Amino acid sequence: MDLTFNERELAFRDELRNWFEAHHPGPEPERDEDAHYAWRRDFQRELADGGWAAVHWPVEYGGRGATLTQSAIFFEELGRSGAPLPANVLGLLLAGPTIMTWGTPEQKERYLNPILTAEEIWCQGFSEPDAGSDLAALKTRARREGDEWVVSGQKVWTSGAQYSKWCMLVARTDAEVPKHKGLTYFLMDMEQEGVQVRPLRQITGEPEFNELFIDGARIPDENVLGGIGNGWKVALTTLMNERSGLGFFLQVRLRQLLDRVVDEAAGRGLLEDPVVADKLGELHLKAEVLRLTAYRGLTAIEKYGTPGPEGSLTKWMWSEANQQLTQFAADLIGPSALHAGSRWSYELLRARGNSIEGGTTEVLKNIVSERVLGLPKAR
Amino acid sequence: MDFDLTDDQREIKGVARELLSARSPMARVRAAAEAEQYDPALWAEIVALGWPGIAVAATHGGQGLGAIELAMLLEELGYACAATPFMSTALAAAAIQAAGSEAQRERWLPGLASGELTAGLGRPELVADGEGAAVVVLLDGDQAQLIAEPEAERVVTIDATRRFARVTGDAEPLGPGATGRVLAGLAAEVVGVCQRALEMTLAYVKDRKQFGVPVGSFQAVAHRCAQMLLHTESARSTAYYAAWAAAADPERLGEASALAAAAAADGGREVAASAIQAHGGIGFTWEADVHWLYKRAQLDAALLGGGGGHRAALARAAAARVALPAR
Repeated sequence: MDLTFNERELAFRDELRNWFEAHHPGPEPERDEDAHYAWRRDFQRELADGGWAAVHWPVEYGGRGATLTQSAIFFEELGRSGAPLPANVLGLLLAGPTIMTWGTPEQKERYLNPILTAEEIWCQGFSEPDAGSDLAALKTRARREGDEWVVSGQKVWTSGAQYSKWCMLVARTDAEVPKHKGLTYFLMDMEQEGVQVRPLRQITGEPEFNELFIDGARIPDENVLGGIGNGWKVALTTLMNERSGLGFFLQVRLRQLLDRVVDEAAGRGLLEDPVVADKLGELHLKAEVLRLTAYRGLTAIEKYGTPGPEGSLTKWMWSEANQQLTQFAADLIGPSALHAGSRWSYELLRARGNSIEGGTTEVLKNIVSERVLGLPKAR
Repeated sequence: MDFDLTDDQREIKGVARELLSARSPMARVRAAAEAEQYDPALWAEIVALGWPGIAVAATHGGQGLGAIELAMLLEELGYACAATPFMSTALAAAAIQAAGSEAQRERWLPGLASGELTAGLGRPELVADGEGAAVVVLLDGDQAQLIAEPEAERVVTIDATRRFARVTGDAEPLGPGATGRVLAGLAAEVVGVCQRALEMTLAYVKDRKQFGVPVGSFQAVAHRCAQMLLHTESARSTAYYAAWAAAADPERLGEASALAAAAAADGGREVAASAIQAHGGIGFTWEADVHWLYKRAQLDAALLGGGGGHRAALARAAAARVALPAR
């Protein structure tokens, strides 16, 4: 057991810190969505120029071949520096690795580099109005016409769709076979008549996500990823990637938010108040449990190739902690935290999405029950 | 970064699990608890293996291993809910080894390591194994003290798997680091209690059928088990961190042990209470063994000093890091 970074990891972290000091993205723009997106895109370009956009990618694709621990360090330092997640985060974390696993040499050649440079942004076309937790129930259809596929259907919760060139689209290509078997994974060009993007206003009042209306969109055969009828397996590759590096960014953001709550408490002279101290202590504990458990999970993957029980728990821990933290902040600060447009009211409302996005807590509990604890399939 | 046991540590843990499952199954724990006596054969075997001195230096007759190896044994003794004075003796010895004066070490460690002497451990009103102890290590606030040849008055608690007493005597101070080591060790025991409660519950809900299906197939039951795992792994992450800090980075031990203590004090009780609930009516009977774990978790939380004081310390730690530049 050694809970310190080794020399190689420290060197990596120091090089990164130096780079962040020299390349700060500047202050976060006010909530103008286009400006915010441009800020994130420009900063990804700077990251790519410095060779930092995708440290976890193999060197041959423009990454640094970083270990999982180095990748965790990258996301911790990214969070600590105040920089945003890169604009193409879904391309870097999901589409890229999925293409590396399943893509043909031509597909890798064509798609990977523009992901790195933010030249082409990616979105994720998985969820549908009637297929959320039950993803394999999706209804979007793709029908072959010559050497093309013609797609119709509807997708939802597609963040960044309005800026995206490509969509990781899972569609049904065979309705005659059991639901997991008739799916195919496509790389769909978003810039076409048959794809309409409509912003989806969320409880914060902002449209961070979109609905995608697909009506006769065309996808050439060469844009099938991983073979026809193999979409469920390919989609799992995408979903399995979703929870690794990002967790460390979120963990650092949770810590930063907690630091601000501590500041708010200190400003009110409430650090010694027993109720406030008890709550701050509990939140500090939760933030540390999350960090430590995430590192245990990394070690398990690095040493044994598979995540241990802790791997399934961190997203659940994070969403619960963030919700508890933002609620406590609102209580501490009082009514002004509930003023429309205030930072804390945004954080409070946005946190409600944490236990839904990327797998609801209920589904995570099912996964833990069945796959970690070996309980019978839940009813 | 390597947040995992070494092969040797894994081996120690595995050997302890194997030995205790053979020598201290729940039937033996029950027999000892009902007789209000420790299991002398088990204690003799533990002494013969040199476990009480696992974290005592070889020069004082111990095995010269560290806080992590000790934590692994404590976790397994907690898993077994074994009725022995191991926790108090081994943990007091580790505290004296790490934070005692040279005179204190020379006086107490050889006897404790060899099992000739036993120690008490706890808080002024609640000392585990205080009766018959040659020496007692007491936690009081941040300060740890040592009482030689104490006066002890038996206290009967709900945890019949362990003997308790109220203790008086002349206190000598122990150096810094004693408290953190004791908290880390107690938290490790609670991790074992949680793990056992979870495993007993999983076995039960897979087997017990109602409405024609195993009750573990109901989400309300399954999700309770998932929550038990979350508490168990939270306690484990912090307890292992504290053990590592005790062994390798004493500067972090104060905060790490407060994290471990806060997670264990509340998590242990939650998990053991959940085990009773998931066992349904049978869980409320004397016959079902989960209550031994629940009672152990309650008394361990009391020895830890409860979660509240540790959370207050953690709030101060959170405030201190805000006042500092980023690490």
